[in-house]
Amino acid sequence: MRGISHPTSGAVGEFFSKRLSMTMKLAVYFLTTGLTLLTLPCGSFTEVPSKPSGTVTVLPPVHPAGGPQAFPNAEKSDLPVFAMNYSRIQVPFEITLWVLLASFAKIGFHIYHKVTFWVPESCLLISIGLMVGAIMHAVHEEPPSVLSYNIFFLYILPPMVLDSGYFMPTRPFFENIGTVLWFAVVGTLWNSIGVGMSLYGVCQIGALEVQDINLQENLLFASIISAVDPVAVLNVFEDVSVNEQLYIVVFGESLFSDAVTVVLYNMFTFVAEMPVVETVDVFLGVAKFFVVGLGGLAFGLVFGFVASFTTRFTSNVREIEPLFIFMYSYLAYLVAELFNISSIMAIVTCALTMKYYVEENVTQRSCTTIRHVVKMLSSISETLIFFFLGVVTITTEHEWNWGYILFTLLFAFLWRGLGILVLTQIINPFRTIPFNFKDQFMLGYSGLRGAVTFALVFTLPDHIVRKKLFVTATICIILFTVFIQGISIRPLVEFINVRRTNRNLDTINVEVHSRLMEHAIAGIEDICGQWGHYYWKDKFMKFNNQILRKILIKDNQAESSIVALYKKLELQNAMEILDTVSEGTSTAPSVISLRKEKGPGKPKRKFVAADLRKMHDILSKNMYKIRQQTTEYTTKHSLPNDSHTKEILIRRHGTIRRSLRLRSFQSPTLSGGGYPSAPRSRIGQPSRSSSRVSLPLRRLDTLTEVSSSAGVDLVDERSGGRGRAGGRGKSRLNSSSSDSRVPAPPCHFDSSEVFHGNRDSMPEQEEPLSLSVTWAEEPSDHDDSSTQNPLLRRPRWNPVKPKNP
Amino acid sequence: MGSRASTLLREEEIEEIKKETGFSHSQITRLYSRFTSLDKGENGTLSREDFQRIPELAINPLGDRIINAFFPEGEDQVNFRGFMRTLAHFRPIEDNEKNKDPTASEPLNSRTNKLLFAFRLYDLDRDDKISRDELLQVLRMMVGLNMFVSQVLRMMVGLNMFVSQVLRMMVGVNISDEQLGSIADRTIQEADQNGDNSISFNEFIKVLEKVDVEQKMSIRFLH
Repeated sequence: MRGISHPTSGAVGEFFSKRLSMTMKLAVYFLTTGLTLLTLPCGSFTEVPSKPSGTVTVLPPVHPAGGPQAFPNAEKSDLPVFAMNYSRIQVPFEITLWVLLASFAKIGFHIYHKVTFWVPESCLLISIGLMVGAIMHAVHEEPPSVLSYNIFFLYILPPMVLDSGYFMPTRPFFENIGTVLWFAVVGTLWNSIGVGMSLYGVCQIGALEVQDINLQENLLFASIISAVDPVAVLNVFEDVSVNEQLYIVVFGESLFSDAVTVVLYNMFTFVAEMPVVETVDVFLGVAKFFVVGLGGLAFGLVFGFVASFTTRFTSNVREIEPLFIFMYSYLAYLVAELFNISSIMAIVTCALTMKYYVEENVTQRSCTTIRHVVKMLSSISETLIFFFLGVVTITTEHEWNWGYILFTLLFAFLWRGLGILVLTQIINPFRTIPFNFKDQFMLGYSGLRGAVTFALVFTLPDHIVRKKLFVTATICIILFTVFIQGISIRPLVEFINVRRTNRNLDTINVEVHSRLMEHAIAGIEDICGQWGHYYWKDKFMKFNNQILRKILIKDNQAESSIVALYKKLELQNAMEILDTVSEGTSTAPSVISLRKEKGPGKPKRKFVAADLRKMHDILSKNMYKIRQQTTEYTTKHSLPNDSHTKEILIRRHGTIRRSLRLRSFQSPTLSGGGYPSAPRSRIGQPSRSSSRVSLPLRRLDTLTEVSSSAGVDLVDERSGGRGRAGGRGKSRLNSSSSDSRVPAPPCHFDSSEVFHGNRDSMPEQEEPLSLSVTWAEEPSDHDDSSTQNPLLRRPRWNPVKPKNP
Repeated sequence: MGSRASTLLREEEIEEIKKETGFSHSQITRLYSRFTSLDKGENGTLSREDFQRIPELAINPLGDRIINAFFPEGEDQVNFRGFMRTLAHFRPIEDNEKNKDPTASEPLNSRTNKLLFAFRLYDLDRDDKISRDELLQVLRMMVGLNMFVSQVLRMMVGLNMFVSQVLRMMVGVNISDEQLGSIADRTIQEADQNGDNSISFNEFIKVLEKVDVEQKMSIRFLH
């Protein structure tokens, strides 16, 4: 608790006492915000500079409750009519401004997306930081030294690693876990030791005047600069859909190399203080390395499971549900820090462990919240660091020892390249698809250094004599890699034509045949009696299904494949049907325009693009999944879109309600604007709902969220479902009676719910559902149905009058 | 098991298999022990039933066809040589093999052979064409559990209407045959170049030109 205010305020107080007036400082803020060409609502701040300028020089570290007495006594004589108490809000105020500024910068360069396409975001952030730094330098301002060791490790680092851990694409990761760990752990060790030793050797050259850097410090420095952070590379890889193996290795490497680096960093900072290092210490160091790593793993697992278990019981406190995730991961991190074991390992493992269970326990909305907050926090952290990097580059004093810096650059590249070559030679025989030379090149080239590296070197303890040199060298290597490699990687990937996955299959043939091949491969593997990853996966799945899920998941259903399929089809069906509805009511102009090209009378054989898409859709959703395959690539800066379909559904759900409502008002356009609010008034109106139309409603009731706030919706929809069976048209009315409320995203896939919903409606079935297909050739007698897609069996707005008015 | 396997497999036989298929010695012995463990009849050959006993294969929608691929036409036993020959299709292509001189006979694991294997999974009547019906059959198999479901549904027809309703509810609404049919049409339309309304092997190769077949159709065989 006090951590956030104390070190910062101390640091800021220190800088404050330096020399500058408040006016200057705020002027800088305004300048810099102006620089991002964005409108900081600064009107409210404008009076700030005027008052406290006299109070600046003597700022004691702010006590948590000690704000008020920061004012000088001299002013006590009168009751101040207008008082400013800047020191009280100073720390959070400045932090807020920094974050805001950085965020504005982000908006700024995302306006023109071509910039971010070619230039990685980190480059832009650093550039802005450089500009701000230049301005600050021009006015002799010092950057607030918010980045201290504790701040970084307790507040800035956790969100970043939580993000990587939480969005780690699980399947490819576990399929390539050996390679990932190999490159991350051994590769980082290799780099640290190689670079450290080489630099130590270079230090012996008298001409460089760096003889005072001993081996430990060199190793420490080397370990810092071997943490790779290839966010920019990952973005590019994702854009060009580079082959999955390469992607996941780079992803995993970035994550675990952080962990390894931090362990090494702590170890070497400790060692750097020791006057003599004995052989025993080396072995102890190795032992510590494993204790620290495995300890982190264990803590992460424990906290992950506890978190999952907790979310079993949060169904009544949906509001704070996401909080548990953050608190538990943070707790894992802190406890690991407490015991001096790898906190990064702990938080990553925690995130990986709980993700699966938690996302099943919590509602869709909580899930979205969790994802967004994770992304947001990590994005803030990273933005701040890069931004800060730019500022620091300009404003701090550097120790330019060109020899040392150039050798650092040289060795960093040399050892990385060498490491990749050697390590792939060793790992390749164990891989199904060995890394070819291009892959290796990309692996080597993706060794960008980033935020963590900078933060680590910046927070080096001051007793390291050559800290300034290290900072300078690190900044050089970061700038070099981020700018040169980061910008060149996209053309390079295109140029050398790295193996790519065909994630965007263009033809149905490819889709079908690929699936066939996958089945064949699965079958052959089974025949050979070798399962490799799959074998252990199966074992784990068994354990998972029999024990873990029972304990950790609220409504644990034996996920029979039929149920799974059912859920899948439900979703698909609902979407199809809703699609029709929205088309029919012409409330979705985009859809209409898509389909316009297709006349009603065209023969079935003509396939338009929309049909093709539907076919792809059907295939991808319905083809028997051999072994659950989901690609969920992520970037640091955007959310993965595996929730895509769900989100679509949520939107569609909104559309259907709206359209139904509009229908019932017989106003096919949107001119009504928004949600009409007299639900019951349309009972007597002719309803166009037919049994098929209301099919979606029945289906939709399976998609309800068990949430107190959505409770009314749920009831409505249920009754809608039942109503359909009993008397038709009613259903629509019921379900649309939930208007004037923003359509709740009803997307908790709760299988028990699914069955309840169905049982409810089932016994009342009076006629067999017309499930047989009505999908293609009916002549469109109704202009609504003129947009029928021949591929889909879909309900139609047959103008059938309801039997009961 | 392992010891028994290696004793039964003669050294010269291993050499021959090695030459023919490119498997390494240890891979061959390992697969031989698998072969013998599958061979319940202990007569040195595998029958279809032996394959069908593999539980994972039983749920593979294409299981039967994959099994069929092991059996030469008209036979219902496969010996170890044949077994290995089929498996060799799935050996990853090694870099040094790529550069082999093109005049040598094509290895079993070449791209073309891999594709041919896939092609044969469709082409039941071995007329070197995938007809619409053949494609449709495979599609039906691959599209979910629908076949199973529709069979159950068909069985249920005579039963209580309610029960069949429940079942329909449970499985949702599946892709209909018409939908699959139009997918099949589309697939053929995409690939068909000579207008015979079927996919020949050449057309098959052409349509999968950009797909990394070498990778998709390879398994890392354990040593």
